[in-house]
Amino acid sequence: MEFLTGIWGVVAKDVRSELRTRYALNALLMFVVTSVATILFALREDEVTTDVLSGMFWVVIFFTAMSGLSRIFVSEEERGTAMTLQLVASPSVVYFGKLLFNIGLTLILSCAVTLLYLAVFPLFMIKSMELFVLTIVLGSLGFAAAATIIAAIIAKANTKGTLYPVLSFPILIPLLMTVMKSTARALDGEIFSAAFGEFQILASYVMIMVAGSFLLFDYVWKE
Amino acid sequence: MKLVKYAAIGCISFVIIAGIAIPMVPQPQSWLEFPVIPGLEEKARNIFFHVPVAWASVLGFLFALYYGFRYLRSRDYEYDIKSVSSAGLGMMFCVLATVTGSIWAKFNWGSFWNWDPRETSIFILLLIYGAYFALRSALGTDELRARLSAVYAILAGMTAPFFIFIMPRIVGGLHPGAKGDSAGSAPVAQLHMPPNMLLVFIIGIIGFSLFFVWLLHVRVRAARIEYQLSQEK
Amino acid sequence: MTPVSIQANAVSKEFNRGLIFKDISFSLSSPASLSITGKNGAGKSTLSKILAGLLSSTRGSMTYVIGGKQIGIEEFKHHIGFVSPYLNLYDEFTAIENLEFLSRIRAAATPPVERKKELLTLVGLWDRRDDAVGTFSSGMKQRLKYAFALLHHPEVLILDEPTSNLDEEGSEVIHRIIQEQKKSNILIVATNSKNESQWCTQQVDLIPVKK
Repeated sequence: MEFLTGIWGVVAKDVRSELRTRYALNALLMFVVTSVATILFALREDEVTTDVLSGMFWVVIFFTAMSGLSRIFVSEEERGTAMTLQLVASPSVVYFGKLLFNIGLTLILSCAVTLLYLAVFPLFMIKSMELFVLTIVLGSLGFAAAATIIAAIIAKANTKGTLYPVLSFPILIPLLMTVMKSTARALDGEIFSAAFGEFQILASYVMIMVAGSFLLFDYVWKE
Repeated sequence: MKLVKYAAIGCISFVIIAGIAIPMVPQPQSWLEFPVIPGLEEKARNIFFHVPVAWASVLGFLFALYYGFRYLRSRDYEYDIKSVSSAGLGMMFCVLATVTGSIWAKFNWGSFWNWDPRETSIFILLLIYGAYFALRSALGTDELRARLSAVYAILAGMTAPFFIFIMPRIVGGLHPGAKGDSAGSAPVAQLHMPPNMLLVFIIGIIGFSLFFVWLLHVRVRAARIEYQLSQEK
Repeated sequence: MTPVSIQANAVSKEFNRGLIFKDISFSLSSPASLSITGKNGAGKSTLSKILAGLLSSTRGSMTYVIGGKQIGIEEFKHHIGFVSPYLNLYDEFTAIENLEFLSRIRAAATPPVERKKELLTLVGLWDRRDDAVGTFSSGMKQRLKYAFALLHHPEVLILDEPTSNLDEEGSEVIHRIIQEQKKSNILIVATNSKNESQWCTQQVDLIPVKK
């Protein structure tokens, strides 16, 4: 019970801090708008396939996430509040609190990208709704899981900004390949069970990432 | 270690001589003749070098991961030295495997790079090695460098099993044994080689593994001396 | 207050493969007070972080006992108050919010309004309770750190550079806090000043290790 209260405390603190400073959210949403605009300039009225569209969709999410998700650890480290947090909470409380916050942020981000894509690309039509929703949810969970542990690592490094995508990309490749495939299936209107294999991969990716990061987080967080 | 060195030299010399000198004939009769594999012909000889080198690059990663894990348990810098030395070697072998593979691909499949599953895998391994060293150079103290790079190696290792499941689903392959492959070169991949080829191939794998171990030993010793010199200054 | 004791068993710390200090041993049972002294770079802050469980020692171990029962550091952290230049509070929150959020994360019951008022009045920040900490001067931030450290009635109070950035009036307040803590609990002070080290009955002097 104490454990959950602590986790909830970390989430509440980060949400309040985010609402007050608007550091991550504003930057993320502007990043989404600019990158989608760039893709629009490039594609114009080309007839693109669903594979290309779903690829572009996740490219936007990947780079946007890489611009903002590291904030939760970098800000603690930069302002010298990391040790305060270390004193009041155990590493697992901090990890799950930060993970939940990043999951929320990634879900908001994917929804924003989805809405924008629906608005500007006439060919981006979700033909299998439940397939698409499950892909987005599992994809966001996996994304947040990998991004959170890498954020904790790079918060200790000297060159934080550029290092983040470099370290995250190899870890995220299996996830990216799978969600791109399954998003394309959703756009093509395939039946739900067609993507069963992808969902198995995504679910196990989420579980392995969360369990592994949870075990490794002690080594990252504690000096 | 001397024994390992001579064994490695022996094995690799044998593979170079046997792998290149043994003639390829359509109907092999004796132990000193290889069969001609349609579609590969003389180019098949690369398998004695390309595959062991790729194997050594994977070995480098596994050693780096293992010693990283040992470092986290013991906080003994000796393991960090071993971990980073083996990652460095692994990266070298990874580049060699990419180059030998891409030349082979050019002559067999027509282009240097085709994004077939195994090419993609070796590319990801290269990315992981690159990220590992980028991370190390961005960390300020020895302690942080050792600890966080070990964590990163383990994280990267955790994603490896996924590729085994994902790759065949996502991209059609050209390598022997993959879906898109013509039946001709299949024997090479499924290790259904004639016994004499298999022998040379296995000696190649053993030779390059021993070569890796010996190089690792040399590098670790050099790193230790480097560290001692930096302390004396 | 529950009787507590802390014991350091031959604690050594290396940083970047260089030894900072080695074989530090002492034993404290409440009531007790200890000062950690030494030159700049001798490892005063490092040792106080190890005591608070924020840093692990390279060799040796710490033992924490509360009410006759030995417990691990993660559990014992809830009995420690720590003021240090390395522990900052959140700039975007007000003084009151900082205290509230941090005790929520600690999973302690939200401190009653009287406790918050008592502490903020003690350190002279009650009038500024609803201002963001980012607008505070460094002395006011230091005062707020005391309110944070004392919020949960810690049995062990660790102070690293207790009076840095404080004016005379602030130092006076800190002096009172320290006298109070010494009476029945454990006080640990890491300091450069002779005056401050004399507050304590026991002393650990960190001597730089020759390579």
